[in-house]
Amino acid sequence: MSTQQAEPETQEAPEDPEMKGAESPAAEERKGGGMVDEHAEKKAELEGETVHLKVFRYDPEVEGKQEPRFDDFHVPFEKGMTVLDSVMYARDEYDSSLTFRHSCRQAVCGSDAFFVNGKQRLGCKTQISELEQPVRIEPLPHQEVVKDLVVDMDHFYDQMHTVEPYFQDEDTPPVDDLEEQRQSPENREKIKMSSRCIWCGACMSSCNIAAGDNEYLGPAAINKAYKFAMDDREGEEIKEHRLRILEQEHGVWRCQTQFSCTEVCPKDIPLTEHIQELKREAVKKNLKFW
Amino acid sequence: MYEHDVIVVGAGGAGLRAAIAAHEAGADVAMVSKLHPVRSHTGAAEGGINAALQEGDDWELHAYDTMKGSDYLGDAPAVETLAQDAPEETINLEHWGMPFSREEDGRVSQRPFGGLSYPRTTYAGAETGHHLLHTMYEQVVKRGIQVYDEWYVMDLATTDESDPNDRECHGVVAYDVQSGNIEGFKANQGVVLATGGPGQAFDHTTNAVSCTGDGHAMAYRAGAPIEDMEFIQFHPTSLPSTGVLISEGVRGEGGILYNNEGERFMFEHGYANNSGELASRDVVARAELTEVNEGRGVEDEYVHLDMRHLGEERIMDRLENILHLAEDFEGVDGLVEPMPVKPGQHYAMGGIEVDENGQTCVNGLYAAGECACVSVHGGNRLGGNALPELIVFGKRAGRHAAGDDLGEPEIRTGYGDDVEDETETELPVQPGEAGLDTTGGVAADGGVTADAEGILERTVETARDRVDTLMDKEDGVQHAEIRAKLQKAMTDYVNVFRTEEGVKKALEIIRECRQEYQDVYVDDPSKTFNTDLQQTIETRNLIDVAETIALGALVRNEFRGAHWRQENQIRDDENWLKHTLISWDDGEPSIFYRPVILEGQNKTYEPKERSY
Repeated sequence: MSTQQAEPETQEAPEDPEMKGAESPAAEERKGGGMVDEHAEKKAELEGETVHLKVFRYDPEVEGKQEPRFDDFHVPFEKGMTVLDSVMYARDEYDSSLTFRHSCRQAVCGSDAFFVNGKQRLGCKTQISELEQPVRIEPLPHQEVVKDLVVDMDHFYDQMHTVEPYFQDEDTPPVDDLEEQRQSPENREKIKMSSRCIWCGACMSSCNIAAGDNEYLGPAAINKAYKFAMDDREGEEIKEHRLRILEQEHGVWRCQTQFSCTEVCPKDIPLTEHIQELKREAVKKNLKFW
Repeated sequence: MYEHDVIVVGAGGAGLRAAIAAHEAGADVAMVSKLHPVRSHTGAAEGGINAALQEGDDWELHAYDTMKGSDYLGDAPAVETLAQDAPEETINLEHWGMPFSREEDGRVSQRPFGGLSYPRTTYAGAETGHHLLHTMYEQVVKRGIQVYDEWYVMDLATTDESDPNDRECHGVVAYDVQSGNIEGFKANQGVVLATGGPGQAFDHTTNAVSCTGDGHAMAYRAGAPIEDMEFIQFHPTSLPSTGVLISEGVRGEGGILYNNEGERFMFEHGYANNSGELASRDVVARAELTEVNEGRGVEDEYVHLDMRHLGEERIMDRLENILHLAEDFEGVDGLVEPMPVKPGQHYAMGGIEVDENGQTCVNGLYAAGECACVSVHGGNRLGGNALPELIVFGKRAGRHAAGDDLGEPEIRTGYGDDVEDETETELPVQPGEAGLDTTGGVAADGGVTADAEGILERTVETARDRVDTLMDKEDGVQHAEIRAKLQKAMTDYVNVFRTEEGVKKALEIIRECRQEYQDVYVDDPSKTFNTDLQQTIETRNLIDVAETIALGALVRNEFRGAHWRQENQIRDDENWLKHTLISWDDGEPSIFYRPVILEGQNKTYEPKERSY
């Protein structure tokens, strides 16, 4: 399985951001702020370790942050600490302007996907102890940076909506209010992995094709369509309609099976396999391909 | 200014269901949410949806179990509505394509849960909430319902007649997180609050960071009473390091709790001789902490939850998500070793006082889901009853707000002739003594009722002034410091076990937090995605909500459901078959009580001793 990690392109990161960060007076100050914090020092002594973070900073509105840079933070390590814990600590103790999305802390809300040491990962699901230091934390590549680690997700959501991501039961016989549609355990198993997607955007960010083709539906949206297309509760006619959406010019045939989406998916969804399976379905239905 | 018929605040389970229902009733509806809908905390629910679907089960059994679980503090009309409507609403989700776990014959599976007399918990693996959330969001997309995501609602635009029952809510004021713009959202027919739980008032919680009780605090300041906030559920199985939830489904499937001596303590120490691990949550949480306090805990902190004997196949089929959580957050492989668990703040049984139609005493203001108190959960919520509450009462609130006639409610709201007055309990601090200049309030001044747009404009102005004040201040206290202090006080003193002295101490610290908040400032000067500002506003909400929890815990001088008081370890039905109501009256909390309704459709629920 080959993987290819894309470097950030859409963000205007300096060529050697680490140098830039080190030169930034604000960054130095923050580094100092972190180091001299008494509470932190005490804790660090107890635990014996601090974690060195290099965090991407950018704010279009604030002078001194308009030019992207990296800030250094040294946070006291605690057993079980995740990347999210470390940036929350940095924000709450050293710099309250450090900005990132996060909510559930348990890998279901999908809001804290970052580019950590060169790989798309959920901050809350990544143990700091497993990473090489300094830990480099950046926004997801190939998406416009709003501020610090926050990227614009609108394009991602738009692509998700393009595949008509909702159950369509026009073909099935009407059922009364308390009558279930039956679904075999096997069919449920078939769609199970695809139904786990948390819309974090890691797959889309890791995909070289999506980076070069803004109209490409992308792995997440195709996987969402897979969930419905493979669900026996939807009728044949709808399935064909779904395949027609998927086999269009910027659909499944764009995938070059690089497996980067599958590699980064925090929910272990076999995205590449799902895309290939949809290609086969399209061929079976004799739909044209590009 | 934006304008819609119905504005739904929050886009989790209850909000999505309310929006769909209002849309189906013909209203132009919009959702305003600080998170994108798929990020909502409903997605973290694991266990399932209680609904009497099978032969041999019926809604009356579900209602009975719920009343018993509530320790007879649920209102029967609400409890019966929940049990009656849950089957149709659950199957409705199935019709929308929700991927429930299935039996061989293709029907949806159900499993046993704590406190249930029949295995009626319908589920989708151990990630039911995720599927419920996404299924409903899909329906919102299908219907083209307008969603303003990452807009943080700061305040309600409400008139200020002296009696809250005469007040009218005309919309909300929200802050665009991405741009920093503050705008009014006019609601021609109603505002539905569906903002979720207040778990961030505690520092060991299963709740998301976004669960800051915003809806509670806004409704409270607008005059709607907050009900039964002392009843906080501590889930028996959260991971010790993070508070991440381990579903009750583990015990439902046969998981066993052990102390450090390898004893199955629920039986061996007599906490629940019949139901063992499947006693209701309050009983199990207290049992675990008692074990720890008596020296039988592991590392003096937690107990073990063992599911190894269930076998890999069953675990993978029904609890796979639990394996991932234990591995990712605790480094434990649930297939080969027991998982460490301890009680963690999980759910607020109380909330904004509403009737069966989701309406508060303020005209045009509704609430549904965890932020609301109908009340179906009373003193203790049964596992699997939160998700049916979302869909049943979310739908009712949405329909009613959109003008559908749902009949006269039996539950009354607001201050009226059916309430019992103010408490005699002596409070350790004088509530309301802190000045609250920068905090916003009810819009119209001097009791003058301006038109809806005027009210809204004035509320927008107040909100802008408030933000300017916070942003202009050059130094002071940062919200994170106040929030951490508040969370610690709540966990130290208003936890599973409570003493009068401790709760009083908590109230004093909460009051200090309120004082310190007068000096709060926002360090980040940016208008773009200013989470510093947003969290500063949230922290004020947490202070208000924490105060209602602690006040409720102080005045309810008995032991009922999740509310354990050291001084009085008996349930006092003679004096306490009543709800605690706290309303914000001219800048200070006032407390009153309303009797619980035990008369159901066909029978009266007689309080009995609760044994499992």
